[in-house]
Amino acid sequence: MPKDGIGASLARREDKRFLTGTGRYTDDINLHRQTHAYFLRSDVAHGTLNGVDTSAAEGMEGVLRIFTAKDFAAAGGLPCGWQVTDLHGKPMQEPKHPILAEGKVRHVGDPIAVVVAETLDQARDAAEAIVVDIAELPAVVDMKAAVADGAPKVHDDLTSNLCYEWGFVEENREAVDKAIREAAHVTTLELVNNRLVANPMEPRVAVGNYDRADDEYTLYTTSQNPHVIRLLMGAFVLSIPEHKLRVVAPDVGGGFGSKIFHYAEEAFVTWASKEIGRPVKWTSSRAEAFITDAHGRDHVTKIELALDADHRFTAIRTDTYANMGAYLSTFAPSVPTWLHGVLMAGNYTTPLIYCNVKAVFTNTVPVDAYRGAGRPEATYQLERVVDKAARELGVDPAELRRKNFIKPEQFPYATPVAVEYDTGNYHATLDKALEMSRYADFETRAAESKSRGKLRGIGLAHYIEACGIAPSNLVGQLGARAGLYESATVRVNATGSISVLTGSHSHGQGHETTFAQVMADMIGIDPNQVHIVHGDTSKTPMGMGTYGSRSLAVGGSAIVKAAEKVIAKAKKIAAHLMEASEGDIELKDGQFTVAGTDKSVAWGDVTLAAYVPHNYPLEEIEPGLEETAFYDPANFTYPSGAYVCEVEVDEGTGKVEILSFTAADDFGNVINPMIVEGQVHGGIAQGIGQAMLENCVYDENGQLLSGTYMDYAMPRAMDLPDFAVDHSCITPCTHNPLGVKGCGEAGAIGSPPAVVNAVLDALNRGGYAVAHIDMPVSPARVWQAMHHAK
Amino acid sequence: MKVSMKVNGRQVSGEVEGRTLLSAFLREGQGLTGTHIGCDTSQCGACTVHVDGRQVKSCSIFAAECDGVEVTTIEGMANADGSLSAIQQAFQDHHGLQCGFCTPGMVMAAAALLKENPKPTPAEVRDHLHGNLCRCTGYHNIVKAIMAASGQDVPAMAAE
Repeated sequence: MPKDGIGASLARREDKRFLTGTGRYTDDINLHRQTHAYFLRSDVAHGTLNGVDTSAAEGMEGVLRIFTAKDFAAAGGLPCGWQVTDLHGKPMQEPKHPILAEGKVRHVGDPIAVVVAETLDQARDAAEAIVVDIAELPAVVDMKAAVADGAPKVHDDLTSNLCYEWGFVEENREAVDKAIREAAHVTTLELVNNRLVANPMEPRVAVGNYDRADDEYTLYTTSQNPHVIRLLMGAFVLSIPEHKLRVVAPDVGGGFGSKIFHYAEEAFVTWASKEIGRPVKWTSSRAEAFITDAHGRDHVTKIELALDADHRFTAIRTDTYANMGAYLSTFAPSVPTWLHGVLMAGNYTTPLIYCNVKAVFTNTVPVDAYRGAGRPEATYQLERVVDKAARELGVDPAELRRKNFIKPEQFPYATPVAVEYDTGNYHATLDKALEMSRYADFETRAAESKSRGKLRGIGLAHYIEACGIAPSNLVGQLGARAGLYESATVRVNATGSISVLTGSHSHGQGHETTFAQVMADMIGIDPNQVHIVHGDTSKTPMGMGTYGSRSLAVGGSAIVKAAEKVIAKAKKIAAHLMEASEGDIELKDGQFTVAGTDKSVAWGDVTLAAYVPHNYPLEEIEPGLEETAFYDPANFTYPSGAYVCEVEVDEGTGKVEILSFTAADDFGNVINPMIVEGQVHGGIAQGIGQAMLENCVYDENGQLLSGTYMDYAMPRAMDLPDFAVDHSCITPCTHNPLGVKGCGEAGAIGSPPAVVNAVLDALNRGGYAVAHIDMPVSPARVWQAMHHAK
Repeated sequence: MKVSMKVNGRQVSGEVEGRTLLSAFLREGQGLTGTHIGCDTSQCGACTVHVDGRQVKSCSIFAAECDGVEVTTIEGMANADGSLSAIQQAFQDHHGLQCGFCTPGMVMAAAALLKENPKPTPAEVRDHLHGNLCRCTGYHNIVKAIMAASGQDVPAMAAE
């Protein structure tokens, strides 16, 4: 393993600025003469907006201007980036998503007016003086109620609150129904994938700055994908040509999906900075984040698993209601469909699968991708129903899975839900996790817990995910309105250092370190010679940004492709310098050598020659050493793994303590093990948070009850155990040059079912015949389940 | 009103309102943006500083209350020659940060802990961090870093 190349747990260079308080997050940016924006938002879930009286606020101290929807008549609405076609072949219902509420307010938090003032306090004070006349309407919060006859419509111009009904694979529906009717055993489970709030520690911020001299706009924003924002906002909302619009996402404090989407505040500050003639800054409060950042998950599902007499899975049928919230967020329609339905094969050889999804509008905050985006929902359904089946049939849950796993020799494996898995070895990851967690000795530990009056349980889950999104042609056919390639420019400097300009973004993933490792490894130079540039549309080629565990798989591959072009040209130069044939040139450890001789020339000599081309084949190649590549992946990548959770339940209080958590993941090749482990730790923490603590709750009037950290239980250090993680089971990805599969979401995907399975195991071993508890598995829910089972 | 205090060893002063929080005084008044705002209910801890040697959430104290005190922020934690302190270095060595937003608060909380309890157990570390939220790391490596900074090796935590 090289000291600091691919495979090394190199310490992160970005840490220096974060540890010394010299990071540059968007709220740290203060522009000369900037003004402050405060959004006045609806505090009712549904109502007719009859009037907004700003007269008292206009004259207040420091107020520059107050904006309402009429000021945006010329602007477009916020676009949706994915169009789903329903099972009748019709496009989804797509309501307008205005920057400021027009005619109606549709969720608590819907923005109504914006005050721009000299200071934030002045803007906030003035907002309190705005009188809003809203005639409240009944709110729809429950999804099934929202699609019932006569339900109040969230959008009056749509036929109903049903955004779409999607069926996959529709042609197989009859065969699936038949297989279920004829099955030896059918396990049925109704479950809720609870709504969550992403809550990255940095709230969203947007700073807009219009430069009158050059007629150019700059937007600083807490985004995971500045180029996507530039395209969506420039082309569809504000009609600003791309070359006049620069979007910068500097240091960003976490995203987890919630910072992918194009939000109203971004468009507002950009446009308002021109109207006002000064920069406009908006900073979200945490309470505001709860009612404006896209929420995650919120599926209600019925899943049926059919088995034959030998306990082989013969069919799966699922029926899901997926909440879209009040408006379509940028990628929302894709999450319960193409990121969920296509994973319903899981790691298993089930031959027949049908997935039905009804996406529903409700008077709640828009819902979109959150770490895992559709794959946690699919995994939770599968791994819970498999576990339930094992209990019903009286078989070991590990054995039931093993019996139905796709075998290593079956790859590439074409699933009945359209995707083809390239490689995998699920038996290996399951065995590894069981070994690490000492699954075989569980009974001894259970007895020890019992002697202390506690119920001990062990639960497992095996997941697969599709990530490294995505082949552009394929997703285009599925309704994506964007490509999903990635880009890199490798700019070699005369003295041999390298600037890599990447379309990926880093908001915690450590790309400044890992991308440097990849680049440096290809030449054989010190990674400190490589500088990674990201997050600024004026500096980097167009890229789609960071989410979906795609950065190494797609962004890293773009770097490799660009680097290969650079190396090819460098070899020509080296050949010229050494008067050798190009085909005989080898590059290793930063030296070009002529094969079979001791002639060599250093990387730095070649790079200098490229920029000072005095001894140079000018008649064959141009000076300079800089190449760009755009990489469009051939397929998704398919990481997978086995998770084991061990818990103790207190019978008196229902409190669950997690004693251990084990993860054995197959991420293909790994660039920086330390960073990969950190990604898994963070994902598991979020998965445990979902399973045990977090819940985004609305009352029947659409009031958000879990609106701050006082009511939304974020995992804290003492809520979580140490994690035992492993990634030694490696089946490299076959279709990208690094052989990587990606690791950013896995932890959040595999952990919720492992936790819930463990709790149910504890209860059932303790004599409580509990079939299911919905997340979060709080002490109250556990206690109630125990007492109902008595 | 005018308020004067020492911040990271330097005497500073500024005009504040009664309602100005110490966090705003530091970030906006003094341009020390290392102290971060992550919530509005004083739970996240990203704004943690030291006031007269005590661990304090700067969002929970008014600048006006801080007249005459000595404040240390994350910008004051490195060594005089600019090298990272033992705690900061331990965070880097053990990957105790990802996005970095909670990190200033974590470092300040760790420093306060190790001052009062130089050899904490991992459970004591986790308990001490109840006022500091992290969304990225799952806390595993933060605990590992703090244990390492205290000079304690915890082989069980390296359960990779």
